[in-house]
Amino acid sequence: MALKGLDIFKITPKTNCKDCGNPTCMAFAMKVAQGAIALDKCPHLSDEVKAQLSEATAPPMKTIKLGVGAEEHTLGGETVLARHEKTFVSKNLFAFTVGDAMSDEANEAAFASTVVDYERIGERMYVELINVKFGGDSARYLELVKRAAGLGRTLILSVSDAAVAKEALELTKGTRPLLNGASAANAAEMAALAKEYAALLGVSAANLDELYDTVAEIEKTGFKDLVLDVSSASAGEAFADAVQIRRAALKNNDRTFGYPSLVDVGAIAPGDEDMQCALAALFTVKYGSIVVMEKMSYASALPLYGLRQNIFTDPQKPMRVEPGIYPLNGADENSVCAITVDFALTYFVVSGEMERSGVPVNLLISDAGGYSVLTAWAAGKFSASSIAKFINEEVAPKVKSRTLILPGKVAVLQGEVAEKLPDWKVVVGTREAIELVKFLKEM
Amino acid sequence: MPFKRTPQKFNAAINAMTLGTGDNAVTIGGASVLPLYSFDGDIGNAPKIGVEISDLGLEGECVGMTEFYAGASTPAEMAAKAEKMPGADFVCLRLEGADPNGHNRSVEECVEIAKAVAGAISLPLVIEGCKNNEKDAELFEKIAAALEGKNVLFLSAKEENHKSVGAAVGLAYAQKVGAESSVDINLAKQLNVLLTQLGVKAENIAMNLGSAAAGYGFEYVASTMDRVKAAALGQNDAMLQMPVITPVASEAWSVKEAMVDEADFPEWGPQEDRGVRMEIATAAACLACGSDAVILKHPRSVATISAMVAALK
Repeated sequence: MALKGLDIFKITPKTNCKDCGNPTCMAFAMKVAQGAIALDKCPHLSDEVKAQLSEATAPPMKTIKLGVGAEEHTLGGETVLARHEKTFVSKNLFAFTVGDAMSDEANEAAFASTVVDYERIGERMYVELINVKFGGDSARYLELVKRAAGLGRTLILSVSDAAVAKEALELTKGTRPLLNGASAANAAEMAALAKEYAALLGVSAANLDELYDTVAEIEKTGFKDLVLDVSSASAGEAFADAVQIRRAALKNNDRTFGYPSLVDVGAIAPGDEDMQCALAALFTVKYGSIVVMEKMSYASALPLYGLRQNIFTDPQKPMRVEPGIYPLNGADENSVCAITVDFALTYFVVSGEMERSGVPVNLLISDAGGYSVLTAWAAGKFSASSIAKFINEEVAPKVKSRTLILPGKVAVLQGEVAEKLPDWKVVVGTREAIELVKFLKEM
Repeated sequence: MPFKRTPQKFNAAINAMTLGTGDNAVTIGGASVLPLYSFDGDIGNAPKIGVEISDLGLEGECVGMTEFYAGASTPAEMAAKAEKMPGADFVCLRLEGADPNGHNRSVEECVEIAKAVAGAISLPLVIEGCKNNEKDAELFEKIAAALEGKNVLFLSAKEENHKSVGAAVGLAYAQKVGAESSVDINLAKQLNVLLTQLGVKAENIAMNLGSAAAGYGFEYVASTMDRVKAAALGQNDAMLQMPVITPVASEAWSVKEAMVDEADFPEWGPQEDRGVRMEIATAAACLACGSDAVILKHPRSVATISAMVAALK
């Protein structure tokens, strides 16, 4: 159970020595209770007290690293059930599936998922994980493991046979894969393997009660790098389990379920890519840490990765795009320039409408602190001086056109901008992005 | 030791609202648990799916759409096919052509189209305007009168035109009023308060909290819906207990990912697949966040989302 600030206060030295950086022991205790700082910031607590309390003050959901080096991903560590309460911290990861029981053709189609690789607002969008599923043919399985391991992604080894698992782990040594194959029947053996090879361990069960017991069993061995596999034949059950696990951990402080989850939507809707896309979206919004699909195509990736990027944005930090010149519709140095702010939503809406117009435009994104046009203007981050400075330093040397379109919402800036940029023709654009198509075509 | 289940129950519920009349009436809302949490308790009426057709027909639509509506040349003929689409719970007529900056179709013409559509279907009807506040107000008043007794939902009354829309649709002709706000819990509540002060009964209001395609600011949609449901159920806020209806098709099919030709972005693959998946992913996310009904248009999207809803019941 979580401790209240007062409980923690009772075991502090109560000397208000400020060694922890807080004005009083009470302030320190309150912050520890909120999870804002760690208990060991206080140098005066005995080890005995620390050990006793660290368990109680540990975060409700474990943070676990999967993969190594550039392919290291963080799972778990969530503290809230809804993003507006604070923020979600670890975006869900996607996987595609290959297996020895699948045809060569199906495996090739799945491996083709690696073509999905692009950037969106500073984030690389690709399938981070490959799920290699064991179906009985160990020689063929290990060949697939070898091939998948060479693709620069982290593997999920879906195998419950300990002997095969050991060989697969040997092939992926040092890459911190996820060994997804523990159940009530083989928990101890699999936990020992995962520990030996520093892998994560996926645990599954017939129902939540059995899963709960199995996790408790494995925790007794001291191994806690677990992932809870909630895959089930039914979407409803998988969803119910994913929600109840996350809620038990975060709302009811039940640490036995304080682990990331995995759901194989490919197994729920085999061969139905539309349904897999729907379920992947559902589990992106609600509590799937790893979403396994049969394969990934651009058609599914574009909405799913966009959705994930939205959901895992910190509500206190707006998404920003890189300031610079974005040539649209084949614009060159002679095409007109239109300026706006670096708030990602503004960029997407404005660039989308401009592309729809088909008119070549150099869209200029200025550094406005990630705010929308009016907010940035009110905060002084999108002013005549900031626009003039950006144009003179970044744009004028690269673009020959001397026509600049301002957002209609800051029409008031026109005079001042024109004064500061005497060789530019400053035009007031539309108030709403939706009017841009007509505006640009008639320009 | 078995896992201790702690269902999250509330002593409040989302209003249930019935659209249409008689045997084919459809009820949305009614949940007393968080969206889709059927394992916690009563989700009331499972989310419903509307099929959108436009008065402009199939201009610019992809093959899956033109094939489905093959042989239908008028909105009424399209509506008759739309209500047969597997997974359809109601039909939504979008009067895009009324837009004064577009086709500027007259109010009389729109009334005729709406009457013909209503006459062609037995499922409930939802009327969507052209997003021009003045024109919508005029349009809704005349259509509400023409379809009196059919229990039609009108999308939407906004802050700017809520008085005329609320008075005509909600009071004079006792139809259902959609209250549209732009992804903000306070604006949503304020509009509901204004409409009820006008005399429109709370149970005759549905909320369109605003929508966005996946990747296009959906975080605001998600958090607004999260907060609205938390207030409606957790704090028993009667001014936020209206069911939520979200038009998904119009948003999803107008983003770049769903629109650009395969010729321009060969690696992205067929345009139709991209549009369908954008619609599906957005709709699934809306339902996960709290929409009690979504409006879609492609037959594949309607089939997939209705199957997902059935699986989660």
